[in-house]
Amino acid sequence: MNFSLTKEQEMIRKVINDFAENEVKPIAAEIDETERFPKETVEKMVKADMMGIPFPKEYGGAGGDDLAYVIAVEELSKKCATTGVILSAHTSLGTWPIYKYGTEEQKQKYLRPLAEGKHLGAFGLTEPNAGTDASGQQTTAVLEGDHYILNGSKVFITNGGQADIYIVMAMTDKTKGTRGISAFIVEAGYEGFKIGKKEDKLGIRASATTELIFENVKVPKENLLAAEGKGFKVAMSTLDGGRIGIAAQALGIAQGAMDETVKYVKEREQFGRPIAKFQGLQWMLADMETKINAARHLVYNAAYRKSQGLSYGKEAAMAKLYASETAMEVTTKAVQLHGGYGYTKDYPVERMMRDAKITEIYEGTSEVQKMVIAGNVLA
Amino acid sequence: MSIKVITEKCIGCGLCVKSCPFNAIDMIDKKAVIKDNCTLCGSCVEVCPVDAIVMEKEEANNKINIEDYKGIWVFAEQRAGEILNVSVELIGEGRKIADKRNVELTAVLLGKDLDENAKTLVKYGADNVIAVDNEKLETYTTDAYSKVIADLIKERKPEIMLIGATTIGRDLGPRVSAKVHTGLTADCTRLEIDDEDGKLLQTRPAFGGNLMATIICPNHRPQMSTVRPGVMEKAKYNEDNTGNIEKVEVSFEDGQLKTEVLEVIKSEKEAVALDEAPIIVAGGRGLTDKKGFELLEKLAEKLDGAVGASRAAVDEGWIEHAHQVGQTGTTVRPKLYIAAGISGAIQHLAGMQSSDCIVAINKNPDAPIFKVADYGIVGDLYEVIPELLEALDNVDDIVTALKSVEG
Amino acid sequence: MNIIVCIKQVPDTNEVKIDKKTGTLIREGVPSIINPDDRNALEEALRLKDKYEDTKVTVLTMGPPQAKVALNEAFAMGADEAILLSDRAFAGADTWATSTTLAGAIKKMGDFDIIFCGRQAIDGDTAQVGPQIGEHLDLPQITYVEDLKLDGDNVVAHRAIEDGHYVIKSEMPVLLTAIGELNEPRYPSIKGIYEAFGEKEIKVWSLDDIIVDTNQIGLKGSPTQVKKSFTPATRSAGEILEGNNSDKVRNLIVRLKERQII
Repeated sequence: MNFSLTKEQEMIRKVINDFAENEVKPIAAEIDETERFPKETVEKMVKADMMGIPFPKEYGGAGGDDLAYVIAVEELSKKCATTGVILSAHTSLGTWPIYKYGTEEQKQKYLRPLAEGKHLGAFGLTEPNAGTDASGQQTTAVLEGDHYILNGSKVFITNGGQADIYIVMAMTDKTKGTRGISAFIVEAGYEGFKIGKKEDKLGIRASATTELIFENVKVPKENLLAAEGKGFKVAMSTLDGGRIGIAAQALGIAQGAMDETVKYVKEREQFGRPIAKFQGLQWMLADMETKINAARHLVYNAAYRKSQGLSYGKEAAMAKLYASETAMEVTTKAVQLHGGYGYTKDYPVERMMRDAKITEIYEGTSEVQKMVIAGNVLA
Repeated sequence: MSIKVITEKCIGCGLCVKSCPFNAIDMIDKKAVIKDNCTLCGSCVEVCPVDAIVMEKEEANNKINIEDYKGIWVFAEQRAGEILNVSVELIGEGRKIADKRNVELTAVLLGKDLDENAKTLVKYGADNVIAVDNEKLETYTTDAYSKVIADLIKERKPEIMLIGATTIGRDLGPRVSAKVHTGLTADCTRLEIDDEDGKLLQTRPAFGGNLMATIICPNHRPQMSTVRPGVMEKAKYNEDNTGNIEKVEVSFEDGQLKTEVLEVIKSEKEAVALDEAPIIVAGGRGLTDKKGFELLEKLAEKLDGAVGASRAAVDEGWIEHAHQVGQTGTTVRPKLYIAAGISGAIQHLAGMQSSDCIVAINKNPDAPIFKVADYGIVGDLYEVIPELLEALDNVDDIVTALKSVEG
Repeated sequence: MNIIVCIKQVPDTNEVKIDKKTGTLIREGVPSIINPDDRNALEEALRLKDKYEDTKVTVLTMGPPQAKVALNEAFAMGADEAILLSDRAFAGADTWATSTTLAGAIKKMGDFDIIFCGRQAIDGDTAQVGPQIGEHLDLPQITYVEDLKLDGDNVVAHRAIEDGHYVIKSEMPVLLTAIGELNEPRYPSIKGIYEAFGEKEIKVWSLDDIIVDTNQIGLKGSPTQVKKSFTPATRSAGEILEGNNSDKVRNLIVRLKERQII
């Protein structure tokens, strides 16, 4: 077993760390406050080829691997979890399904501009009445001649309204339950496709989370991804990978909070010495550091398995479960160690704590992860 | 080193022409002729089948007789006919060195219509002024200035040459030193003569001011330094000083000058005369906002001072680089330096430590700035400075009031 | 068009700290970076490459084998070729010897149109190597470049001075030195990072590969010598004024008045 990163991965970490420090961190508080989607940051990420890290060069990607991508999400999330999830949703949810299931034509038409960053991607599965239970899909797709006609709505869609390309799940055959779900590539400009309500959230406030509304949207037949009825499989495998991205985001949030806290406890003095000298606080720091490192090993292992073509569903679920709970715990302790200041917007840890919560919820709640893990163990 | 062709031996085969990486050999009348752009690489020597090209090595390492070099020179930089302050500082420093070495101090002045300026340099204490008056020298160009000065050095052999480390001096110095093959020490903040051997000890900051290094140039002459503006004491103007003014004629051939200054643009903003200001009010990251500088400007105005800034504040884009004090900005030594919200990174300290009096205002009692401050105020600058502004209106009252309490 | 960019790998001086006990520099753990001004030079060269077809950007550095890290980063930013000059004979060089060595390598590299350097390196702040390369190669030079345009066989540059700039025209080949105002350097691209460690390869040249007089390089060829180095003496701390803000300010004023500063 080899635990060291490749030269490429090492350099990617350094470059994205610099990028996050100079381009992401300075606006993190402002975009959180104003809920402003950081378009300018995305443009800069496009220039640095960050939008297609794990995809082959022939499809416009950087020719990297999943671990390199995970490192990118982690480094961005250390400074701003919103920026991390923009990349994660784009790469894992909006782009990967086309890479995995798309026809050559679909790859040329859609994967290339997504991987090059000319287009931003998003993914639509969740509905008001179909969250964890995806089989309750009410969005329908009916084939009429050369087109499917989509009707219905999706909620909580990351990058909603900002993305150019959406992977959308819809029922082509209601009688078959999950086997009646199909996946479609939907362009933002299709007639009848509207962006609905934008959520006002606790955390990752600058990430655009919106409703998608489909009113007789004509989607060309050739935009069906995989085959009819394969949508549930597309969605579940996509989420397996997506969880690695979210796990990386959670890891980044935790590490970012840890970095802030270490700096603070060395500077802050009480009773005539830095509070880092107090053993009670040192024990907390030791716990935080240990959990973050454990999380990192789980996350990297899942990414490694994915790029090696090994099974990774269980590993991704474990990584997400552990990393997100670590993020919540570490950020909460980080606020505690900052004392009263930690509760104010003078320090970034309160934002990190708010951002951390969502990682336990989206792309499968912690409870769903446990279902997946147990299911794998018992299978 | 030099290279030459023994014409009697040359058979005009042309192998050397082909071998030359610089096209520095012409074939004239079937004989090889080596041109000025030869770099003495020796390629031709190796290929010549009849040994007609020889390279004559002088003593290794440019052994020169350093006893031949006498006198201290300073470059008197002028722009648009105005002698720069740093040139007067160099005369001040050069004078001390010349007296210690018991030699003459010469100012080298290039430009156009130099009579008045040449006289001024004498009044400041130069024993000699070499004035090179030429239309092509009116505005600085690297080619013209470096050629004129290098030729003068080769001809007259000064032991020391000082140049102000301005944006122009730092362009000129390395070029001249390379032409005359000597060492150059950049951006010196201290110059001394070694009591034992009379050599110039050139001290300069390195590693962003974290380290000071004393540099010597033992076997090459002149010993050249560029000197950081604002650091040396200015020479005193004395109407009674006398000296020689020598005019030197130069001419430039067509094509000799490869660059041309098309235009000189002054920035619209008034020049920030930080190095001149007796009082500087400087702000750093602790301002947290661009608006902080408005407050500092008020204070500077009241004190008749200038506004300075730390690198952090400049990097944040709150104020232009021209205001930056420190290792990569301006070095200042005002009577009073007020540092507001400046933590005191070593790079900043390097640029303001020799101020007569330093006042630090900072929230963080552990900020390194307090370690160099004469007076420290631990507090929020947004509260302290308005108090200070108000108090400055009633200075005399306050002094009397406090005196009577203490008395 | 052929552009040669000279870069230097330097310790990040912002991260350099002093050992308070011994008064010496702590260099351990200080990250090495591409010198900031050099990064601007490289960026400008890459912009010319983006703009003019058939432009080749070659990056040249002198240093120990570890300097390959800087060259790989230059590759990742988009440089086409990279050369590392590494030989014990080069060690201990001052700016004269360094510029002689770099010029010796450039002589071997063939035709070029622009040599781009950073104005100065943050570990030495000398700003001398660029102009000295220019002199060794007998090139015209423009230093402190904050704006650059090509005009046929000429370059037209804005050259910063303390209170404005000169607009200077020079024929090519020319040596230029860049300052931070020139541009905003790009980040190495992810694709570029894979190329840097994949198809692109750093050439390592030793003394035998360059055209140079061995008496003029390394320690032996350096006219200047460091006699001693020391950490700067610091002022000692003065008085922390006590009381509420108003007291502090009043006390300050009295002291300044007493010293006749105001």
